[in-house]
Amino acid sequence: MSPETMTLFSPALAARFDALVQKYPLKRSALVPMLLYAQDEVGYLSDAVIAEVAERIGITQLDVRDVASYYSMLRFKPAGKFNVQVCTNISCMLRGGYDVYERFQEELGIGHKGVTPDGIFSLEEVECIGVCCWAPAIQVNYDFHDELSAEHVPGIIAGYRGKAHAEAGVPDDGSSSPRWKPLVEGTGLNA
Amino acid sequence: MGAAQIDRYIELGGYDAAKKCLAQGPDWIITEMKASNLRGRGGAGFPTGLKWSFVPKQNPKPKYVLVNGDESEPGTCKDHLIFLHDPHAVIEGTIIAGLAIGAKVGFIYLRGEYRYLLEIMEKAVADAYAKGFLGKNIFGSDTEFQVITQSGAGAYEVGEESALMESLEGKRGIPRIKPPFPAVVGLYGGPTVINNAETIATVPHVIEMGAAAYAATGSERNGGTRLFCLSGHVERPGVYELPMGYNLKKMIYEVGGGIRGGRTLKAVVPGGSSTPVLLPSEIENLGMDYDQVGKAGSMLGSGGVVVIDDQTCIVEFALRTISFYQHESCGWCIPCREGTDWLKKSLTRFHAGFGVAKDIDNIQYLAENMMGRTFCPLGDAAAMPTLGFVKKFRKEFEDHLNGKPCPFAKHVEMAVI
Repeated sequence: MSPETMTLFSPALAARFDALVQKYPLKRSALVPMLLYAQDEVGYLSDAVIAEVAERIGITQLDVRDVASYYSMLRFKPAGKFNVQVCTNISCMLRGGYDVYERFQEELGIGHKGVTPDGIFSLEEVECIGVCCWAPAIQVNYDFHDELSAEHVPGIIAGYRGKAHAEAGVPDDGSSSPRWKPLVEGTGLNA
Repeated sequence: MGAAQIDRYIELGGYDAAKKCLAQGPDWIITEMKASNLRGRGGAGFPTGLKWSFVPKQNPKPKYVLVNGDESEPGTCKDHLIFLHDPHAVIEGTIIAGLAIGAKVGFIYLRGEYRYLLEIMEKAVADAYAKGFLGKNIFGSDTEFQVITQSGAGAYEVGEESALMESLEGKRGIPRIKPPFPAVVGLYGGPTVINNAETIATVPHVIEMGAAAYAATGSERNGGTRLFCLSGHVERPGVYELPMGYNLKKMIYEVGGGIRGGRTLKAVVPGGSSTPVLLPSEIENLGMDYDQVGKAGSMLGSGGVVVIDDQTCIVEFALRTISFYQHESCGWCIPCREGTDWLKKSLTRFHAGFGVAKDIDNIQYLAENMMGRTFCPLGDAAAMPTLGFVKKFRKEFEDHLNGKPCPFAKHVEMAVI
């Protein structure tokens, strides 16, 4: 089964990967960005993702796992649809980063690397995200929110919850709390 | 329309410096860079022109330029703004570095978290290709230069030059043994020049202003201006471009508007979390350049000035600093892997009020034994600030002894013993 005939990525991403492996003097240089882009689409590095990436680059799955386990943004388990990453490093800490982090814990009812039961949110305490002069800051997936205080937290959560509900076609009136369809472990495909 | 748009950048004189360098040739570029006194903005402050001159002229393997945009040092957010507002300066600087050393390919590596900045950079690179500034025949000449952008995936350690090359080769970001230095054996085994994104973005300005004028902007042996990231307890935190040698006290009180809420200054971290802390008495006449800060017993580092007020617990601050290095240590060499871990354990226990008097000396002993004994500077980066905190705030450490609660702390974690 070659990647041309069978891929678990969207046609756009598959095309992007085809170009990416040609971009560098060595194919393997594409590995780290490829894993990140695959994770962005699939949600995490499933066995199937690792197998396909390994095949596309021409290295073993073990090599891929070895590299992937080094980088803190790569994960082997599904996270929430919106992964909230709160910086508590020194510049953020001095301006109330821990207050923001604790408020997120309270509001979401989860701790470090936890996922909410509806699958919408996951929470992570992260190291410096490079927004020190506008601290405290968080990153939700790739979007930055800065100059925060604990009071901003409920609004941020409501905003993203609304987005998730709108995408799932659920009326956001609070009458129902349907389970967000999470990724099915093992297949690496959206269920 | 900002300079992130290629037309605006050209209107402001962009890419003229690269054209000039193309006409003048590599020897002229390196002479100019040496005369400009530009020193690496990543932290070590190595003279840029000198670094470029180390690359052998003739070499069987291809040469490369590598731009380090893996900005991860806590307290530093300058490259963030450069990629956001001035991506073409990075590209132009990369071209000039390529011309100086005779490379045909340049890589611009951004940390994985900076996805929206990577997209800005990718667009800028595509625009530069479309204008013919990059490609087989740059600016209509017969010189080739390609630029490839690359994303990391979350690792502080990858900011170290040899670890960065490993990451770019699709491996774990573990540093390589030196020598050979990257200028001789670097990326894909070819001679490689690695510069911080801010250094590279400065290069076109050096060429444009002329080396003498650029050098005159700064202080002795420290040419030009740099971006200082003022954060922590100041009224107006932000990224400020100031001449090298600018007085630190003035920076905090005039540029930054003083300490937040009218409190008093307790300490300053002058160049990112890896640099030893300075006391208020030490910053009176301190000019912010590599030599003066070095003489004061610290480092200018990456320009991340973190201001700490009198309501902050230094033990907690030290613990948070060390927790970062413990988290980011790649685990390759033992002094760093074990040292950062034990430092974190000791400080956690200490801060929670379970410390004993001997711990203070033990922390110092651990840090002293890490210094200079690790594969890469990460071990030193953890040891140096620790030594600073213990030596300069010993009394505050002693105040935490014998089960006394921390006088400031809100976030006392239970000790993991």
